[in-house]
Amino acid sequence: MRRKTFGGGVHPPHHKKLTEEQAIRDAREPKLVVIPLSQHLGAPGNPLVQKGDQVAVGQKIGDTDAYVAAPVHASVSGKVVAVEPRMHPALGRPELAIVIESDGEGRVHESVQPKPSVDDLDADTIRSLIREAGLAGLGGAAFPTAVKVSPPRSKPIDTFVLNGAECEPFLTADHRLMVEEAPDIVFGMKALMKAIPVSRGFICIEDNKPDAVRAMKEAVRGEPGLEVVALETRYPQGSEKQMIKSVLGREVPPPPGLPLDVGVVVNNVGTAHALATVLKTGMPLVDRVVTVTGPVITAPANLRVKLGTLFSDLIEQCGGYSALPGKLIMGGPMMGVAQHTAEVPVIKGTSGILALAENQAWDGDPTPCIKCARCVDVCPMQLVPVFMSAYAERGQWDMADRYNAADCLECGCCSYICPAKRPLVQTIRLAKHEILAARRQRAQAR
Amino acid sequence: MADHKLVVSSSPHLRTKETTPRLMGAVLLALLPAALASIVLFGPRALAVMAVTLASALVAEGLYMKIVRKPVTIADGSAAITGLLLAFNMPPMVPLWVPVIGSFFAIIVVKQLFGGLGQNFMNPALAARAFLLAAWPMSMTTGWVVPFDGVTSATPLQVLRGMASARLPETWELLVGMRAGALGETSAVALLLGGFYLLWKGVIDWRIPGCFIGTVALVTWAFGGSGGLFTGNVLAHTLTGGLLLGAFFMATDYVTSPVTRRGRVVMGIGCGLITALIRLWGGFPEGVSYSILLMNVATPLIDRATLPRVFGQRRVKAA
Repeated sequence: MRRKTFGGGVHPPHHKKLTEEQAIRDAREPKLVVIPLSQHLGAPGNPLVQKGDQVAVGQKIGDTDAYVAAPVHASVSGKVVAVEPRMHPALGRPELAIVIESDGEGRVHESVQPKPSVDDLDADTIRSLIREAGLAGLGGAAFPTAVKVSPPRSKPIDTFVLNGAECEPFLTADHRLMVEEAPDIVFGMKALMKAIPVSRGFICIEDNKPDAVRAMKEAVRGEPGLEVVALETRYPQGSEKQMIKSVLGREVPPPPGLPLDVGVVVNNVGTAHALATVLKTGMPLVDRVVTVTGPVITAPANLRVKLGTLFSDLIEQCGGYSALPGKLIMGGPMMGVAQHTAEVPVIKGTSGILALAENQAWDGDPTPCIKCARCVDVCPMQLVPVFMSAYAERGQWDMADRYNAADCLECGCCSYICPAKRPLVQTIRLAKHEILAARRQRAQAR
Repeated sequence: MADHKLVVSSSPHLRTKETTPRLMGAVLLALLPAALASIVLFGPRALAVMAVTLASALVAEGLYMKIVRKPVTIADGSAAITGLLLAFNMPPMVPLWVPVIGSFFAIIVVKQLFGGLGQNFMNPALAARAFLLAAWPMSMTTGWVVPFDGVTSATPLQVLRGMASARLPETWELLVGMRAGALGETSAVALLLGGFYLLWKGVIDWRIPGCFIGTVALVTWAFGGSGGLFTGNVLAHTLTGGLLLGAFFMATDYVTSPVTRRGRVVMGIGCGLITALIRLWGGFPEGVSYSILLMNVATPLIDRATLPRVFGQRRVKAA
């Protein structure tokens, strides 16, 4: 049988050997955590504490009434030493954050109470528990989970997809979680499915992780409606649109189309695991698994990290740098965000911290495009990056729009494959930004 | 932790090792069997023509870049390919000054004046060949010789068209290249070796050569025979002339062929139809180079007409 997959895509080297055999271990208790109020896609939260306040683990310290949002919680117990803008690892600019100095005691807040058995909870209650626990997609995009599992009535959902692809090179956080915590992942998955509600679920894993596939298959044995599917290892298999195409053969319409439009909700395995923790212990989202890796990290590892821990703290725990780093990235090498300092905190969407060597940091200057069309062949959205990028380079946003630049996933396959090392996705991203801004302006003018 | 400079750039942070010079290098390597075959078949004369053409292409490129004060990039291999392909298109006994002029025309007029690498709208080697054919037709259309004995002879396509009378070579002779023809086009085995190497390495896509050769085979089989429909000599038509050289190495030129998959199918079929048309009913015995040049010119139009359907979209949106 043909292996389940999508069209286009690339096969970058995996680089997962560095950490795929490393069991998840707890990171050292941080002395200081920096918790940005905006950690998710959506409206930023407002601080609920002030400088000087004592806080406990699991205490809600930031929230908002906005619908597309998630609260944040203290990950350590101790004193709030500052509520001020701090450098944000995803947005690349200082954003309001709550800085807590840990007292090392790990006192748990009284609001943290185990929840009733899932069988006794209805869909609405599960959704509000998800909202209150601050769950957001742990795959990287950090979209508020409560919103994702609340499809409008007009969009019937027939399938739930749990994303365990982890198609980014270097990252192994989800992989280890599936190997070590499969029963909890299935537990959380069933709760997510009950919240939607939907009865058919697929767990999708790239076939370069046979041990994870085995562990998850073992965990779903005897669970009606749940099935583990091994997908071809091909980047970006973990993009939800591509994953839905691979496993169900359905194509999500272009933006503003969502998986909901084809009856599907996709969540990450890490998110399901976090929900299991919420339901079993009552502890909201205060930690996550982070892969600290890269050729210049002395001892790469998969660490369970308190949110707000600084990158520099974690790199030090992994033996520090073995050589001068040239680039520090939050996330994987294909879609991760380059940092200019290690003094930034782990947030909900931090799946990995990747340090590249100096000679890997810069690919050299671009040479002329020879129209080899490799970018066209690999584009998983079936776009024509060579033309979109040429128009974007000249600032011709309307022409880039006519070639559907706004549909770009920004997966980076085009730039990865380009033999001339041209900034394809980089310029298309710029065009997309301009196109969407112009559309918003037109909508307002109306 | 020492705060030293970290590179901050937009993702992706990982790039393939493939580069333009490496792709060009693969094409040059793929042309090597045909070049060696040519030297074996036509002797030192072939070596001389190839050396002079290739060198003058490199000189033209370097000289132009020096004059306009651009960084000299002859190391990217693209000028070398143009030079070698132009040499492959020469009759063995061509006067040596002819390909030198051709090289300068290809590099300076067809490529550099239109903006250099990636910007030309026609294949430089073929455009130069067309120019030489128009300017010095005698030098370009005579001087066909039989390999090894060096006796002047008609090309098989001239024989097929009834423009000359001679013995048509046996199939094995066509395969190894024991026939009159341009320097690099005669040895089918050497060209196929190089062509399949490029396909295997993923340097070229099967669509253009596959559709090109397939279309020529189909049309010449259907209409090329004297005994009615489907009596044409398919083997003679596919193995002679410049079909294999053109289909694998010239129609596939990235810069002048469509970027869309469907566009490459259109390019291949278009080249095949025009070639067959010229061979069967046109004024010349051979039509490969004109077919490619015509399809080169149509390439931007083909791209626009064959844009892929965007993922999730029902219909193709016209750009």
